[in-house]
Amino acid sequence: MAEAGGITTESVAGDRARAARTMLDQVVLPGEELLLPEQEDAEGPGGAGERPLRLNAGTRSRGRVVCGPGLRRSGDRLLVTKCGRLRHKEPGGGSSGGGVYWVDSQQKRYVPVKGDHVIGIVTAKSGDIFKVDVGGSEPASLSYLAFEGATKRNRPNVQVGDLIYGQFVVANKDMEPEMVCIDSCGRASGMGVIGQDGLLFKVTLGLIRKLLAPDCEILQEVGKLYPLEIVFGMNGRIWVKAKTIQQTLILANILEACEHMTADQRKQIFSRLAE
Amino acid sequence: MKETPLSNCERRFLLRAIEEKKRLDGRQTYDYRNIKISFGTDYGCCIVELGKTRVLGQVSCELVSPKLNRATEGILFFNLELSQMAAPAFEPGRQSDLLVKLNRLLERCLRNSKCIDTESLCVVAGEKVWQIRVDLHLLNHDGNIIDAASIAAIVALCHFRRPDVSVQGDEVTLYTPEERDPVPLSIHHMPICVSFAFFQQGTYLLVDPNEREERVMDGLLVIAMNKHREICTIQSSGGIMLLKDQVLRCSKIAGVKVLEITELIQKALENDRKVRKEGGKYGFAESIASQRITAFKMEKAPIDTSDVEEKAEEIIAEAEPPLEVVSNPVLWTPGTAQIGEGVENSWGDLEDSEKEEEDEDGTDEAIILDSIKMDIGVEVSNIGSQDAPIVLSDSEEEEMIILEPDKNPKKIRTQTTSAKQEAPSKKPVRKRKKKRAAN
Repeated sequence: MAEAGGITTESVAGDRARAARTMLDQVVLPGEELLLPEQEDAEGPGGAGERPLRLNAGTRSRGRVVCGPGLRRSGDRLLVTKCGRLRHKEPGGGSSGGGVYWVDSQQKRYVPVKGDHVIGIVTAKSGDIFKVDVGGSEPASLSYLAFEGATKRNRPNVQVGDLIYGQFVVANKDMEPEMVCIDSCGRASGMGVIGQDGLLFKVTLGLIRKLLAPDCEILQEVGKLYPLEIVFGMNGRIWVKAKTIQQTLILANILEACEHMTADQRKQIFSRLAE
Repeated sequence: MKETPLSNCERRFLLRAIEEKKRLDGRQTYDYRNIKISFGTDYGCCIVELGKTRVLGQVSCELVSPKLNRATEGILFFNLELSQMAAPAFEPGRQSDLLVKLNRLLERCLRNSKCIDTESLCVVAGEKVWQIRVDLHLLNHDGNIIDAASIAAIVALCHFRRPDVSVQGDEVTLYTPEERDPVPLSIHHMPICVSFAFFQQGTYLLVDPNEREERVMDGLLVIAMNKHREICTIQSSGGIMLLKDQVLRCSKIAGVKVLEITELIQKALENDRKVRKEGGKYGFAESIASQRITAFKMEKAPIDTSDVEEKAEEIIAEAEPPLEVVSNPVLWTPGTAQIGEGVENSWGDLEDSEKEEEDEDGTDEAIILDSIKMDIGVEVSNIGSQDAPIVLSDSEEEEMIILEPDKNPKKIRTQTTSAKQEAPSKKPVRKRKKKRAAN
């Protein structure tokens, strides 16, 4: 293990690579290098090439560490590629592996990621596929057979300008993204063409992730206000529909404003609306 | 990049909303968005914000020989540019139609109305005249570029000072700003464009359309007027048929709006003049509020909720009664106090609590939140690490986003009125580390 090498291969800015464990929840900037815990031990206080003897070396629980969004592996370290706060999640259920590290960052421009559910707008119908704009650099392609119950004879009723909720099956930087409106079992599970009325608006990606977090209160509070239908796309698009135009507009404004409001202000607004 | 297409759903919703006289941001039919005018340190430089639409205007001057057929008049040159940062659809080669249309309208409004006295720009007849150049850059496109651009142009022209010149016989002396104070341009009147968007073949009209409304409109009527109710330019595009009384009504509305905007412009110019005379600080940096979230500020739009039926008792019954809290104010430096600790943010609520203590020491800048929440059982164990001096950064362009701090609805939250300071770091997301009260 090249401990001395580790110190001489510092980044150009002269930063010492820090242990990922100490940087949790702190803001990291692109270009910083992070050490994983096992390297941290090796490059510990000795630094002179000695590895501390371990009698129970086998119980090192940090096996496979997953490198999430905003991080990249460079050699045996993690290189930060986005600015934001560093997060870590322990693996659940005592499974092996060192958990996941990722960077929480804020942005408005969406980059297609495989498996993401997004709202797209159909821009063209050509032959057997639809071209769907998802907010990325290229329109995604959606085959007409990728709907539940679609066959060659039974085509889905999709027009140019319709809203589609689907997920990506292919999304990398080398190819045009492809999306489908069925899951792996062939069921729609909520995907497909979104209904005719309602309002579509755009928010930042961070707000979407916040709203989709399992314990998000904003949604529960909003749900108590009045009956509504809402679809969140990971590309920053939200479609909302309530009984009247007024209610829909209120919902859209609240969701957009939630980003910059404290919980306090939000509760005030909701209590005012409840009257 | 191609423009994001407008879905059928949005179009239908917008048209239906307009039929019900509702706009997306809660404005009334004849309401303008908030106009904000700020000046730079140079004379003739200003930024006008109409809602989120932003235009930067800069005026400059140069001594040139006059045009052959107008030997005693100065030259005015207007140029509007759609910067690529204004909208993803604006690319260097692709914006020609819109650009030509806007430039043409601006020229007609400002040049043909003779709002600037070009005779006064003459220095030596036939040889030297002033050429005044107005450059406008669109920084952000959220609808109604023409209004914002015309306001920016006229404000920049009123704000501009050209170097003083004196002619004695054959001798022309050009004074630098240090020798003699620069003189303002001679402006007769201030023409301002007001845009009206028409929908459903002229049945509904909206003043100051924003970007979405512009996409679904049928036609646009632009009236340039000054405060003396003189129409300088009028242009209708989109091919809609307008009735005579519609146009008259629009001109009356335009008259009212132009009066308001002219007052605002005068006030802004007066403020800036006062600040410069008293030797205070001026410029763009001063015009940015330092105690608020500066980016994407949402203005309060009054929402009419009279037709929303609610069951308030149900909500009250479900909510739990607030618990008692104890507050110990801690004084950091004169003017900054802290009551209680914040609450752990529940978004990504995954880290260990022990790690927080170590992480606190790692931050080298103390950060203080806008709203400080009260907590049960205040833990003061790591107050020691906060003794570092509080540093305010010079950058006023950061946006401090409060992540969802509300984890437990039982705790009450109040906002302290003690001095609060903006997060000093330049990082986009910054939040003071909070201790989890109940461990």
